[in-house]
Amino acid sequence: MTARNKLRIGFIPLVDAAALIVAVDRGFAAEKRLEVELVREVSWSNVRDKLNIGMFDAAHLLAPVAIASSLGFGHVKVPIIAPFNLGLNGNAITVTNALQKALQDKAEGDLADPKVSARALAAIVAERKRRGEPPLNFGMTFPFSTHNYQLRFWMASARIDPDEDVQMIVLPPPFMVESIKSGHVDAFCVGAPWNSVAVDLGIAHILHFVSEILQRAAEKVLAVRAPWAKDNPDALYALVYAHAKAAAFIEDERNRDEVCSILSAPDRLNVAPEIIRRTLDGRLKVSPDGKYRESDRYLMIGRRGAARPDRAQASWLYAQMVRWGQAPLSKELLLSARETFRPDIYDEVLGGGDLPPEGEPKDGVGAFDGPEFDALDLEKHLAPWKLHRR
Amino acid sequence: MQSEASLKIAIVDDSAVRAAILEEGLREAGHRHVIRVEGTENLLERIYAIDPDVILIDLENPSRDVLEQMFRVSRAVKRPIAMFVDQSDSASIAAAVDAGVSSYIVDGLKKDRIKHILDISISRFNAFSRISTELEQTKSALTERKVIDRAKGILMKRKGLSEDQAYALLRTSAQNEKKKIAEIAQSIITAAELLK
Repeated sequence: MTARNKLRIGFIPLVDAAALIVAVDRGFAAEKRLEVELVREVSWSNVRDKLNIGMFDAAHLLAPVAIASSLGFGHVKVPIIAPFNLGLNGNAITVTNALQKALQDKAEGDLADPKVSARALAAIVAERKRRGEPPLNFGMTFPFSTHNYQLRFWMASARIDPDEDVQMIVLPPPFMVESIKSGHVDAFCVGAPWNSVAVDLGIAHILHFVSEILQRAAEKVLAVRAPWAKDNPDALYALVYAHAKAAAFIEDERNRDEVCSILSAPDRLNVAPEIIRRTLDGRLKVSPDGKYRESDRYLMIGRRGAARPDRAQASWLYAQMVRWGQAPLSKELLLSARETFRPDIYDEVLGGGDLPPEGEPKDGVGAFDGPEFDALDLEKHLAPWKLHRR
Repeated sequence: MQSEASLKIAIVDDSAVRAAILEEGLREAGHRHVIRVEGTENLLERIYAIDPDVILIDLENPSRDVLEQMFRVSRAVKRPIAMFVDQSDSASIAAAVDAGVSSYIVDGLKKDRIKHILDISISRFNAFSRISTELEQTKSALTERKVIDRAKGILMKRKGLSEDQAYALLRTSAQNEKKKIAEIAQSIITAAELLK
């Protein structure tokens, strides 16, 4: 490549944009002769639309939005591809102090077990219904989001109908904390740093890391339009390469201070480095009285094959769209959903074969509950669910 | 059939001035039911209560994602809302995004019936951003004028020049140093402050 490639890339200020931000701000993109302008956005709809119409060359995007866009659900059909996975997991379910206490009272076992917490929630939901009280409100970030699906998957395991028994409310991440403070929502599922911000204010508890619900869930991807990828193979490959270097840099603990400081900049995430650090360390304060929970799965940026797009996860996300009535089930749609994820490009750039090591779930997702997940046979997986909107 | 003027239009915009400009444009075009929605609290419920046919929202508004929820068919949604997009007309989407506005319509509403509403929104949003830019320019021109006047005063006092001579000196220095007159004026003020 001789000429420099100028790219505009959109992102939402969340810790899982780390690989993108570090690739640009730490110079990994420039090393590959990419001149990147990062544009901070306020909504996923904006990111999606600007990517779709070509105002962005690439974007930090919710994995299900990339798939929905390729399938043509929710808005205009624009084929999107994801050659790099920006992060696995990283969300958490946070509840008000009052709901935490109510859950504790109903829990038959350890509340850290999502089966126990879902059953406790079901008991609360039933009790509220009996008393004629309004349903609990759950905040999540977007209709086509892992947050939405993770909340639904979790509560439906205890036969709570997410469309009937509770209210699911879309809220922009920066409004989550305010909404829990004002009592507008009783709980939310969102990415870092917002859960920690709520806990630090003393108004909420982190109930679950989503990795307790699903061991591996594609969260955000680096998304580009399929035609753009075809027309700009050099830029695309350089971009993937720069991201891989950034991901490795982020995962190396020796660089953590530097990474946190890069991400905390006013025009990036604009939050204290310490809060970002908790996310990257996977050690979060989960209650206002100072309890911590630790997980090596909280947010996985490059380690254990996290950056390589995994089509099993694309299948899982599409299965949730089907289960909750956002999309019909068909072989063609499943194929398109899977082909949105491009491990082949990742392999071509990075030498391939960065497969999950031993100890990772065989089905690619590792859900805490439910019928066996076969990424190629969704009917078999979906049929046994009693609760659905198909 | 419902007439165009009877369409209920909700405007969600953080900028009260821009919302007013847009509302005025729509009223001029004969729309009688234009409602401005402010703030973010319980946005969805408030929009349901209005029950609009068309929703216009600025792109700087994070609440745009909240509106996307209305696509979904669920208990909460009375009338499903769709984003105003035409698969065949990417130019109009680009024009809207460029202007910074997005529109949502009740499912089933004929798109050609609201095309002119979107056109009005785009032109009013563009007009607003032109006015804002002009305002910015006027403001900075005013500031520059003040700085130049002060520098002229300093030169007149220190060097015993007339106002015209002082201005000529500023202009020549600016030309020689390839800088703006206001920049030279600012450095004179700074220097004068330091030498006080």
